[in-house]
Amino acid sequence: MAYFILKRLIQSVFVMLAVAFLAFALFRFVGDPISQMTGVETTIADQERLREELGLNDPFLVQFARFSGKMLVGDFGFSYRTRQPIGEMLLSRIPATLELGTVALLISLLVGIPAGVYTALRPRGAVTQAILISTLVGVSIPTFVIGIFLIFLFGVQLGWLPTFGRGGTVQFGWWRSSLFTVDGWRALVLPALTLGVYQLTLTMRLVRAEMMEVMRTDFIRFATARGLPMRALHYRHALGNTMIPVITIIGLQFGGVIAFSIVTESVFQWPGMGLLFLESIRFVDIPVMGVYLVVIAFFFVLINLVVDLLYLAIDPRLRVKEAA
Amino acid sequence: MWARWWQSDGFWLFRRSPAAILAALVAVLILGGALLAPWLAPSNPYDLRTFDLMDGLLPPLWQGGDARFLLGTDDQGRDMVSAILYGARLSLLIGFSAMAIASVLGVSLGVAAGYWGGRFDAVVMRIADVQLALPAILTALLIDGIARGLLPRELHDDLRIPVLILAIALSLWVNFARTARASTFVERRKDYVEAAIIMGQHPLRIMARHILPNILGPLLVIMTVDLAAAILLEATLSFLGIGLPADSPSLGTLIRIGMQFLLSGEWWILWIPTLFLVALVVSINLIGDFLREVFNPRLR
Repeated sequence: MAYFILKRLIQSVFVMLAVAFLAFALFRFVGDPISQMTGVETTIADQERLREELGLNDPFLVQFARFSGKMLVGDFGFSYRTRQPIGEMLLSRIPATLELGTVALLISLLVGIPAGVYTALRPRGAVTQAILISTLVGVSIPTFVIGIFLIFLFGVQLGWLPTFGRGGTVQFGWWRSSLFTVDGWRALVLPALTLGVYQLTLTMRLVRAEMMEVMRTDFIRFATARGLPMRALHYRHALGNTMIPVITIIGLQFGGVIAFSIVTESVFQWPGMGLLFLESIRFVDIPVMGVYLVVIAFFFVLINLVVDLLYLAIDPRLRVKEAA
Repeated sequence: MWARWWQSDGFWLFRRSPAAILAALVAVLILGGALLAPWLAPSNPYDLRTFDLMDGLLPPLWQGGDARFLLGTDDQGRDMVSAILYGARLSLLIGFSAMAIASVLGVSLGVAAGYWGGRFDAVVMRIADVQLALPAILTALLIDGIARGLLPRELHDDLRIPVLILAIALSLWVNFARTARASTFVERRKDYVEAAIIMGQHPLRIMARHILPNILGPLLVIMTVDLAAAILLEATLSFLGIGLPADSPSLGTLIRIGMQFLLSGEWWILWIPTLFLVALVVSINLIGDFLREVFNPRLR
């Protein structure tokens, strides 16, 4: 058990190092940092002195070690474009993306899991067929089209909901939240739906496949033969075993939510990390790109680690295997 | 040859599936329209001289537009039919090229990894794992961003399409590699491969001539699904303003342009390209679903 956790931790550190290396290589080799920081009037001698001061003449590995060390203590450097510290820029953007992503994920799970169970239990029903066809269409419609459609319907035609920005926000320390005002929730509905719909179809399809798999196993057949009521059979025995992989789904979907939040934030002008990343690509703001990459990878690694540990806690079979 | 095809299992299933027939029909129509765009389109949307600002914002024909413009015009006076046909042409060109590069790269790495195993396998699969953790759109954005930084501005503008193809291809190869590796792993232990090895055939020949034909089925499914994914990815990147510029619009660029008219009532500029894109992707995905059923009898 301890061995397993240690192994996963070492793996996580390794992945983070690889990503940090990528970010560093990006920063160091794509464009010249000095020419980005200085204007045309800076003399060559001044440029060389700056280069020496910033340690850009040191051996590559020394530079990488320094870079990683600074990342570790949260010193992310400065943006080429705005000249602001990147740490502050990110910190002001993170709450918006996390709130959007969490609500989207909740929509995906609260609708996707029941729909998946229903379609698995009634594979030939008319409702099931309708749901399945609409999920296929749902997977094929790009996120931004869903967003545009929702804006068109609820924002333009019906005029019920705002179509851009975060609405009213409340400040808690550095965390600016839109979850505590009616206005904030109104602004949150459309982006969260946009982001949630695609994830919802994925959740539903995975839960359905898993549930159908479980329904075919011997222990379910045996339980049926024992004459257990269908309700207990479906919702205790089958669903319980279906839920284990669902935890992995949540972990995987978090990645999808973060990635597609780039698109959603762009459609709704939602001031989160995705919009920041998009701007940094458009203006070739390499340091911001690199830091975004490292921060996102950190979230991914953290979530995956938690998922693996949860797995271990929930599924006793894994623990036995580790002990053997 | 035709008789054999007509009587095959797959075609029998195809004839009995209205969804597959409809999807194939739509896909073929769009593909044909895109291929023949230079001959079918009433005007050339890349040639600024051919359109007139006086023709701007005309509605489609059935809403009282001009007889010259079946689906209306955008604010520049560009004919929507031509813009969509040429846009679909670009979208499909990028989609097919990206899918082709991704499949060649992914399948060769996957088959080699599955065949040789060992250290090569471990390295390829670790890279695949890391990349799988990053969603495709993030990878593609990142590659495009790197290309922007590495290439001088003018060169990057000239190389937009190749850069886009490469970015999409490099974010989609993992699917192919994983599937090819898993299937190769199974085939590798079968007698016919053992026999070929004992006969002293070259490993590359065994992979290409013996293993590859036997694992093509599932790969074909992934090719279809990834073609749809590549087209969506291109549309998304262009919509975000990272992909193709407004003077050589793909379907995604057209939708981005149309967004500006969301509030002002010129619905056709936005919704007709959108409908076209969705119809294309839905039909490709339906074909993919159908192929999956054909190659995996357990699903029938």
